[in-house]
Formats: sequence, structure tokens, C-alpha cells
Amino acid sequence: MSLSWIIILLVAITSVGLLMARDWRWLIILLSAQYVTVFILTLQNWPLGMASVKVVTGWMGATILGMTRSGLPDEADDGEIKLPQGRLFHLFAAGIVASIVAAVTPRVDTMMADAGSMVTAGSLLLIGMGLLHLALTDQVLRVALGLMTLLSGFEVLYSAVESSVLVAALLAVINLGLALVGAYLLLASNAKETDAS
Amino acid sequence: MSAPTIWIIVPMLIAVLLLAVSSPRVLSLVGGSIAVVLALLAEFIPIEQALTIGAFSIKIDSSLSILGRVLLLRPEEGSLLAMIYGAAALWFFGTEAARTKARLVPLGLIITALMVASIAVEPFLFAALFIEMAILLSIPLLTSLYKAPSRGVIRFLIYQTLAMPFILLSGWLLEGVEASPGDLALAAQSASMLGLGFAFLLAIFPLYNWIPMLMEEVSPFTVGFLLWILPTSTLIFGTGFLDQYSWLRSSPQLKIALQSAGTLMLVTGGLWAAFQRHIGRIMAYGAIAETGFALLALSLDARLGIPILFILIPARALGLAVWSLALTVIKENAESMRFSSVRGILRTLPFASVGVILASFSTAGFPLLAGFPARLALWDGLARVSIGSALWMGLGLIGLLISSFRMLAVFSMADEYTGWEVREDWIQGIMLGLAMIGLMILGLFPQFVQYLLPNLPAMFERLGQ
Repeated sequence: MSLSWIIILLVAITSVGLLMARDWRWLIILLSAQYVTVFILTLQNWPLGMASVKVVTGWMGATILGMTRSGLPDEADDGEIKLPQGRLFHLFAAGIVASIVAAVTPRVDTMMADAGSMVTAGSLLLIGMGLLHLALTDQVLRVALGLMTLLSGFEVLYSAVESSVLVAALLAVINLGLALVGAYLLLASNAKETDAS
Repeated sequence: MSAPTIWIIVPMLIAVLLLAVSSPRVLSLVGGSIAVVLALLAEFIPIEQALTIGAFSIKIDSSLSILGRVLLLRPEEGSLLAMIYGAAALWFFGTEAARTKARLVPLGLIITALMVASIAVEPFLFAALFIEMAILLSIPLLTSLYKAPSRGVIRFLIYQTLAMPFILLSGWLLEGVEASPGDLALAAQSASMLGLGFAFLLAIFPLYNWIPMLMEEVSPFTVGFLLWILPTSTLIFGTGFLDQYSWLRSSPQLKIALQSAGTLMLVTGGLWAAFQRHIGRIMAYGAIAETGFALLALSLDARLGIPILFILIPARALGLAVWSLALTVIKENAESMRFSSVRGILRTLPFASVGVILASFSTAGFPLLAGFPARLALWDGLARVSIGSALWMGLGLIGLLISSFRMLAVFSMADEYTGWEVREDWIQGIMLGLAMIGLMILGLFPQFVQYLLPNLPAMFERLGQ
């Protein structure tokens, strides 16, 4: 029971941290840490070998995004549309998402063939934070992070009901594809800066 | 040799090789020819039947096993493959005329193969994963490394990606409903998930705002390709859902939902198009209305609706190909695609202007054009079920017609004493001319499409009966 709470707490810290952090280095570190929690949650339903695909793919995605971002100027993300960006506001919004997750977890858990409340709560938290991320920003890096967070939440939930190797492989390809698309868009969004330099 | 190898794996391998080719003309010719060959093979080489040529005997197996799952292309799906690759050939041959990104050919071929894989994969709900891969591959087509991605591209990525989790989860929930049909709560939950998934994927109202954005910001030719291949394959995939689950098929609420969504798409698409002053956005709303027609066809009795759905596909493909190519030519020659910039262009870009007009009239169901037979059959079928919906459909069609007449007026509104000066090159003229002739042939001789149709409804074991 205590281990479950620790995992949920880790999921909350990494996903809320992604929402709050401004420095791209912290974003990449938190994303990598988030994939460790995804691995632990997936491990509840999948064997070690298959579950480790999640963390390996996630880290590869984080590396792709990190290496791409490291080659761009520090102010690269500025100048894009940002909705309310105060940390307090983000924390408040994350609190609302967490409350909704707490309220719906038992019902979703029953719906998902009793996947386990830790798995259900963790996955819903990731999905909720991913959606919140997407709702709050237009920045390419954050959109990629939001989509990857949302998909990790879904993958955790789906692992409780589907253990096909093909699905695991295709989801890994999609995760890597998302990271590559994120990196591509990140480079494109800084085309002017690159040209100028 | 198996059918999935020929129509999925081989095109992907060829596309990977084509990535190394840089000449747009070579890419256009090779890609288009390969697509034509694949279409002809699909139409004329039967699957699962021994074909004897002299001393040789060939049999194409229908299935291919990968990682414990199966890719299956049934003999009845041959005509659908022919339509898909035939329409892809239109775009690949058109890349040279459109002077659009040469990578449309290799990436377009991979996207087409992935969409075929989404139709072939068993269990069929894994199709959502292949569709998502196609979406990710579309991004390099829509934006370049040297230009900041537009808001439309970001929204396209987000909305289409959101569809996948909903569809995969709903697929799993639907299995539960099939096992215990009495569980109404589970049925409602799974139907809601499924509805949301398809609403994102098919860009159903109000989730279609990325389409007009893309039409403004990106090459219309590329967007036209995506607006054809993605919804078409998704509709086939969605019809597969209806075919698979008997409770969903027989649900009266689903018919109402499909009818409402289709009417909403058609009416909003038609009305919004009527008030636009940007010819790219008019095409966007035309494409939205096209999806509305398809949803309305699905809401009818399957014996009538499924054949209409298949009649809509070739008209949509040809219409969008002409429209997008013509718009690309106009965009290349005009300052912008706003009415103020394209006033009087009929005298300088006659082929492109007539192409836009004919394609928009065809979408509006104007008589003697490709879209007319399918819309007439749909309108007739809809009127038998609900006069109210038929009237709404009429309103949507009027909106589309108004937008076509407005464009006609703007294009022909040249200053006095302006002479004729054709600016299109011969490739553009020939491509647009041939495609416009095709639009008229499909309208004048609709029985030509019937040749492709007889076996298609049989690909849905229950709906097609």
C-alpha cells in the first residue's frame, strides 16, 4: 500500500513538475523520470522484458528531444503564444486535475477489469496532466511533452487489458515517432534563429 | 507471395528507396507509375485464386502473420485497393505539375501503405495505431525545416493523436459489451469513447478547425492528399466497427448520432463556405461537407448506405485532386488566395480557375459532374428516412453552391480590356484538363464507377448482405 502511494506521488511530482518547469533541461530530466514511473506501473501487468520497452523507448524519446533542444539557442521557446503561465495558476489547475482523478479512479478501475487502483490512478493522472499541458501551451517542445505524457498514461491503462507484442512494438514506434516529430518541429520553429546565426 | 506483402510492404520498401531520389520529375513518374501498377494488380489479379500463366501457377495468399497478429486483405477488397492506389497515383503524377514538395511521393506512398495496413490488420481495432503512424509521417509533408510550423499543423497533430487512445480503449470495451449485452452503462461508455475517437479522427464538428487553418498555411495539394486518404480509410475502418458489433449495428441511437453529425458537418461546411472570402478555406469547408455526406450515407440502411459510401469515394478523390492542384497553381501565381487577390484570374489562369469551379460544383452535387449521382442517391435515401434531414442537406448543398457561384463571379470579374494570357505551363494544363474531363465523365457516365462496386459491400460480412 505504501509503495503504491510512493509511485503515485512520483507520478504526480514528475507530471506536475513538467507543467511547472521553465528550463528545458529540467523538462527532459522530469520526462525521463516520468518514464521510470511508467515502467513501474506497467510492470504490474506486463512481464519485465515487455515493460522495460516503455522505459527504453521513453528515454530514447527524451534523448532525441534533449539533443535537439540543446543545439538551439536558450531563448528559442520565447515568442510563442502562452496562456496564463504563473506557477500558482498551473499548480491550481494541476490540483483540479488531481481531484478529478481521485474522484473517477474507482469507477474507471472497475471499468478496466480491475487493473489496480495504483495503475488506474497513475495512468489517469498522466492523461490528465498531459491534457492540461496541451491546453495551456502552443510551444512545440511542450506540445511534444504533453502528447508523450498523455500517451504514457494511456499505455499504462491499456497494458492492463492488452499484452500483445505487436501492440507494444507499435506503441513504441509511435512514441519514438512523436519524439522525432517533436524534434523536427522544434528545429523548424527555430528556423529563423538558425538562419540568422 | 501474399496480398499484404504486395500492397503494404513492397510499396513501403519502394518508398524508402525513393527517398534517395531528388529529381521531382523522376519521383512523380516513378511514384505515379508504381501506384498505377498496384491499382491495376489489385483490380485484375484475384486474391486467393490460382492464376496460371503458361507452365507457371501463381496464387496470392490473403494473409500475412506478423508478431502474432495478421494482416488480411480479402478477395473482395481488391477494388478498394485499386481505388486507393488509383487515387494516390493522381496525386503522385500531379506533384510535378503542382511543383510541390517532391517528398510527397515517397512519404505519400508510405502513408497510403499504412492506411491499407489499417484496413488489413486483424484484430481490426489495431488500425488506430497504423493511422497514428500515418499522422506522424504527415508532419514532414505539412511543414519544412526552414519554416516555423503553423498553428494548424500543431492542432492537426494534437487532435489526430488524441483519437488513438479513445479508439483502442473503446475497442476493448466493445468486446465487453459483446460478452454482456445487457450492461447498458458499459455500452454507453464504450459508445461515447468510440464516438470521441472518431470525432477526432474524422474532424467532426467542432473539431475541424485545423482543416481551414492548414488550407491557408500549407500547400493545398499536400493538404488535399491528406484530406482524401485519411478520412477515406478512417471511414472504412469505422464501418468495420459497425460490421463487427451487432448491438452497435442495430442501435437506433447510433443512426441518429451519425445522421446528426453528418447533417451538422454538411450544413456548417456549406454555410461557412458560402461566407468565406478565401478560396483555400472554401475547399476546406468543401472537404468537411464531403465527410458529412459519408456520415449521412452510413446513417442509412446498410443495403443502401454502404453502396452510396463507396460511390462517394471516387468522386471525392477526383474532386479533391482537381481542386487542390488548381488551388496550388493559383497560389503560385497570385499574391494570396483571398478574393481580392484572385479577382479576374480566369483570363490568366483559365485551367486552374475552371478546375476550382468544376471541383466545387461537383462537391455541391451539380448535375453532370462526378459528385451528382452519389448525392442524388443519398438525398433520395435520406428523404425516405427523414424529410427534416433531407431539407438540412439541401441547405448545406445550397451553401456549397453559393460559394461556387461566388468564386465563379470573382474569377471572371476582370478589368475591362484585360486580354487573355495563359500562365499555366503545358504539364499543368494537361493534368488539370484530364482531371476535369474525368470529373465530367464520372458525372455523365456514373455506371463507369459501378464497374468497381459490385464486390465492395461484401468486404463487410454483415453490413454488406
